[in-house]
Amino acid sequence: MRYVIQLFIIICFSFVGEILHEVLPFPIPASIYGIVLLFLALELKVLKVAQIREVSTTLIISMPVMFVPPAVGLISSWENVRDNWAEYLFITLATTFVVMAIAGWTTQWIIIWRRNRKKQEKRNN
Amino acid sequence: METIMHNFLAESVYMGVILTLGTYCMGLWLKKITGWALVNPLLVSILLSIAFLWATDTSYESYSEGANVISYLLTPATVCLAVPLYEQIEHLKRNYHAVATGITAGVLGSMTSILGMVLLLGMDHQAYVTLLPKSITTAIGMGVSEELGGNVPVTILVIVITGITGNIFAEKFLRFVKVNEPIAKGIAIGSASHVIGTAKAMEMGQTEGAMSSLAIVTSGVLTVITASLFAQLA
Repeated sequence: MRYVIQLFIIICFSFVGEILHEVLPFPIPASIYGIVLLFLALELKVLKVAQIREVSTTLIISMPVMFVPPAVGLISSWENVRDNWAEYLFITLATTFVVMAIAGWTTQWIIIWRRNRKKQEKRNN
Repeated sequence: METIMHNFLAESVYMGVILTLGTYCMGLWLKKITGWALVNPLLVSILLSIAFLWATDTSYESYSEGANVISYLLTPATVCLAVPLYEQIEHLKRNYHAVATGITAGVLGSMTSILGMVLLLGMDHQAYVTLLPKSITTAIGMGVSEELGGNVPVTILVIVITGITGNIFAEKFLRFVKVNEPIAKGIAIGSASHVIGTAKAMEMGQTEGAMSSLAIVTSGVLTVITASLFAQLA
């Protein structure tokens, strides 16, 4: 029974996300509105993590398998890229690594820089 | 006999679910016995499912009728990413500058590198706007591509390939480029390979997963705002 309630709460947030997606004019999907709403509900203490803990953990862990059906459906898009699939594939792979490196390095540099500055301040005091 | 079998596969409600979960379990098992990063359960499952449908001449429609039960859970599962985000919010507050700058750099880096490569390879404007939203989550990316006049099915294809690439190589690649702060790892994965990459980040750790979730939301929204400006550059 507890898990049914947990699932119900999570589906409610998805549903409200769906409504916002329908009503608001932005190209933002229901799931993104749902994340923001659920986060706010937790932050404002309207909801406790314990009330959705088990089901949310299970859903997050099982996420990769949920991408299989839509990915299998992509065989039909093959027609659209047949002529220059190599260019598409190259850009897709290369930029993924470029972005990962840029975002990772930038974040890490700033974390380390601020950490060192704090140490410096402590020493100066 | 063969037609009976064929009709049964086409009509069965559970066939799609069995195929999806079965091939995924095979992927998990193969990963366990080989230990190779390339033997990714998600990738194994996709390829085996396609091969099975092709070999048995079963249509995608009859497969997806059952299998959609699984992908139906995608939105609720994505919504649940708010939980790790909430639990790790202190990390975020303490590293606000680093996180905000990192995600912005990722979004600009993504679009700039796509622009550069499209010009280099001499691809046309439509190919360019089709690729622009490739690093963000599918549902937002589709909207951006459509608005800019891209080829939406191709956008979905490159988004999924981007995610799988991140899911498979993120751990090794980040070690290779010496990104070892958990916060930076999470931001890198979420910015580069959205939800599919985040599934990997969740396996790597609580902080990685939470920061990756945050990067999906933020980079998605940032891309919506900046993509139309970038679209005018090629």
